[in-house]
Amino acid sequence: MLTQEQAADIFDRIRKLSTADEVEVLFSGGHFALTRFANNTIHQNIAEENYIVSVRTAFGGRTARATTNKFDEESLRRVVKASEDLAKVQHPDADLLPMPDTREAAGDVGEGARATQVPSRYFAETAAVTPELRAEGVKQIVGVAQRHKLTTAGVFSSADSLEGIFNSRGLQQWHTQTLAEVSVTMLGEDSSGWQKANSPNVGNLNPLLLAEVAARKAIDSARPREIPAGKCTVILEPAAVLDLVGFMFWDYSGMAILDQRSFLTGRIGTGLFGENITIRDDVTHPLQTGSPFDGEGMRRCTVPLVENGKVSRVVYARATAERMKGSEHKDKVGTIAATGHGFSLPNEMGEMPLNIVFATPDNPQTVDQMIASTERGVLVTRMWYIREVDPFEKILTGMTRDGTFYVENGRVKHGLRNFRLNESLIHMLSNVEAMSVPLRSCGEESFDMVVPAMKVKDFNFTEVTKF
Amino acid sequence: MKHVANWVLNVATTRGATYADTRIVAQRSRALTTKNGKVGSASDAESVGMSVRAIVDGAWGFAACDNLSRAAVEATAARAVEIARASAQVKQQDVRLAPEKPVSADWTTPHEVDPFAISVAQNIDLLLKIDSELRAVAGITLAETNLNFNREEQWFVSSEGTDIHQTKYSTGAGYCAYAFAGNEIQKRSYPNSYGGQWQNKGYELIEELKLVENARRIAEEAVALHHADQCPEGTFDIILDSSQLGLQIHESVGHPIELDRVLGMEANFAGTSFLTLDKLRKLQYGSELVNVVADARQEHGPGLGTFGFDDEGVPAQCTPIITNGLFTGYLSSRETAHTIGEGRSGGTLRAEGWNHLPMIRMTNISLLPGEKPLSLEQLMASTDRGILMQTNRSWSIDDKRYNFQFGCEIGWEIKNGKRVRMVKNPSYSGITTEFWNSLDAICSRNEWTLWGTPNCGKGQPQQVMGTGHGAAPSRFRGIKVGSAYKSM
Repeated sequence: MLTQEQAADIFDRIRKLSTADEVEVLFSGGHFALTRFANNTIHQNIAEENYIVSVRTAFGGRTARATTNKFDEESLRRVVKASEDLAKVQHPDADLLPMPDTREAAGDVGEGARATQVPSRYFAETAAVTPELRAEGVKQIVGVAQRHKLTTAGVFSSADSLEGIFNSRGLQQWHTQTLAEVSVTMLGEDSSGWQKANSPNVGNLNPLLLAEVAARKAIDSARPREIPAGKCTVILEPAAVLDLVGFMFWDYSGMAILDQRSFLTGRIGTGLFGENITIRDDVTHPLQTGSPFDGEGMRRCTVPLVENGKVSRVVYARATAERMKGSEHKDKVGTIAATGHGFSLPNEMGEMPLNIVFATPDNPQTVDQMIASTERGVLVTRMWYIREVDPFEKILTGMTRDGTFYVENGRVKHGLRNFRLNESLIHMLSNVEAMSVPLRSCGEESFDMVVPAMKVKDFNFTEVTKF
Repeated sequence: MKHVANWVLNVATTRGATYADTRIVAQRSRALTTKNGKVGSASDAESVGMSVRAIVDGAWGFAACDNLSRAAVEATAARAVEIARASAQVKQQDVRLAPEKPVSADWTTPHEVDPFAISVAQNIDLLLKIDSELRAVAGITLAETNLNFNREEQWFVSSEGTDIHQTKYSTGAGYCAYAFAGNEIQKRSYPNSYGGQWQNKGYELIEELKLVENARRIAEEAVALHHADQCPEGTFDIILDSSQLGLQIHESVGHPIELDRVLGMEANFAGTSFLTLDKLRKLQYGSELVNVVADARQEHGPGLGTFGFDDEGVPAQCTPIITNGLFTGYLSSRETAHTIGEGRSGGTLRAEGWNHLPMIRMTNISLLPGEKPLSLEQLMASTDRGILMQTNRSWSIDDKRYNFQFGCEIGWEIKNGKRVRMVKNPSYSGITTEFWNSLDAICSRNEWTLWGTPNCGKGQPQQVMGTGHGAAPSRFRGIKVGSAYKSM
């Protein structure tokens, strides 16, 4: 893998090639391998190695970026020239700040926020995973499927990756990480079940257990029955919660407030959700992944986003924080400070929190306890094809998938045909009756988070599909 | 690049591959955006690399690398073979490839103006002019514009003797005006939402789109939506404009006909399909007016699904998908063709960039226009009680592609053949085959547009691909309207 020393050498070469006032170089890439299976067969099996160098130049308020995956002298010369040519034709932007130096990047982040170190997220055993080892894991999963007379599909992947940032004011940031992931679908004749997990440490994954749980869901949801759509109590497993709530975090951004595209416009400081909801962004959490710095190299800080139902603050890139301080919104948004959540520049989106952690509730309940306390309701394994219907009321639509069950008198009774939902996140997070201990969860509709399972009343299903 | 291909094929076949191919790809892209009078992002990117597919012991292996040195290329070929051997540990049967005659060819997207030859300053001036038009309308709180240019040059060489050099261009442009007031955010986009219109063309597309000329109207509509009534809920005849119908085709025809989905290969992520193999040439997919083709040929038009050859060297083809309402064809590949009794691939295997595995992707999945002359105005004039819906705002469909729901940016109520009022937040929902069987009118060729969807996601790891969808405004009878806002 590309080393920090090699990257520093490339940065020096780029700096010498540039005539810009300031230069910033991002490095990314690594190895990625994925074994994919379906119909109890490995049908796709890939490995990839790629490294990218991305150069941003700045000339007095004008900036632009060019990117290549070639590191020879001619390619570096070309990428520097491309960046400079793009930058020089820009109109000067009064909001563009000088690049941060090491001291600024370390962060003074305002009330309630903390800048801290993250634990190591690189595990040699994950980086050393071979195609044979992944095939062995798949073989175990297929064995479970065959034992239950089911058909399985899924993935087993492993990766090691790097992110680095250097700038001409002396800033150097470097992060390496590994990640392994297993996702399993079990298919019956008229039903399915699903489980997914990932971790920087492949030793934390248990393909066999995931396969057994997915198989049990497929078996238990066989011969699904149809019940009418309508408002009902739902028990959302953590992946289903993640699939939904992920759609609101783009709005926890200073830039989104300035653009008036956030559903939090005019709502910061208000009790928007139930008092049992507390959420923070925390890259240091032991179940989180990712680099401890943002697209400009600023340290990511822990930021409280929702406290006891009240929206407390949003995150900021450096330039967004400065713009907010001079805006009409400045007295209505709580603490304003760069929090280390900016995307690489130039961009039009600003920033967003990517390391979401829900607080553990006062009286956590397991999913089984939630089921036991439910007279009539629906248990949901995961969601699918979630899209935003209304951006200010945060109404989402989407489908349930791969294990939807009817709960009656405290017990799972049978599988159900899948529902279409049209539900407001504001409404949903105001109606949470119980939560589990949050855990690292991953789905397909949003990024990985530390989220609980939730029991929610009056959840709005509007239609039923044919399976 | 022939020497690179030879290194790959020599290593792969020497180590036991019964089939191997390689793609060497050089990509270049430019993305420019503005937001509220300022450049939002300005970036150029290039990416060069190679990949190898190999069949060993009846199973697939794939490896990709950004380094084109002989040592790296040979190591990558060896890795693909090693991976294929691991794949063979878990298989039910050997991979079978439909025969394909080897070909040597050179193909380039027809284009008039190389988009990279247009100065960045000229591009930014155009975007800022549009931005200025949008923000000249009182009530617009956010204006966004974008221009995108892509060029991809690929060398494909296989162990069967195929040798293809192909260069594809695509261009995209669009803009969006937002109006925030009270407790509502409304928006209008042009020519389409989520990035505008995209085609496999050069800069001439930008000149055809009349971007500046439409900006003021679009902004005025975004503001006017705040004063419009909520779209009524109930059962209506609906008319979809061609861009919304293009997305309807994408979701409720294009994805379910992908044979890899049908065969369960995408079950863990994208899902499966209601179009099981027993339905071929038996299912009445739509009304007799519905004729859909999957056409990758240049004569269909400059869609994002237009090419000379797919990414396993199969020439572009036209496959009838729905013929007079009857379901007649799937999207297939060399590996899957035999499952539907075909002796040859339909030529739909494509990959994003050099580092991804080719998979079945939509080409240009188009609803053919009506044969009798019919304009949108004439279609509305023949509608007693309906809603015209324009420009997609939200889209969702289940993982077998039965139940869908779409929201649009703007609606117009039609009464007694006249467009009587603007309505906001229109949405409709239904079941795929019931919906297509309710179609009773399609506008004619002069209303037909070949839309580009640049952001179709599929696969693990997920790949993004451009697809084309030709459509003319069409009418559907007795459709459920307004579920998206039901009880909220």
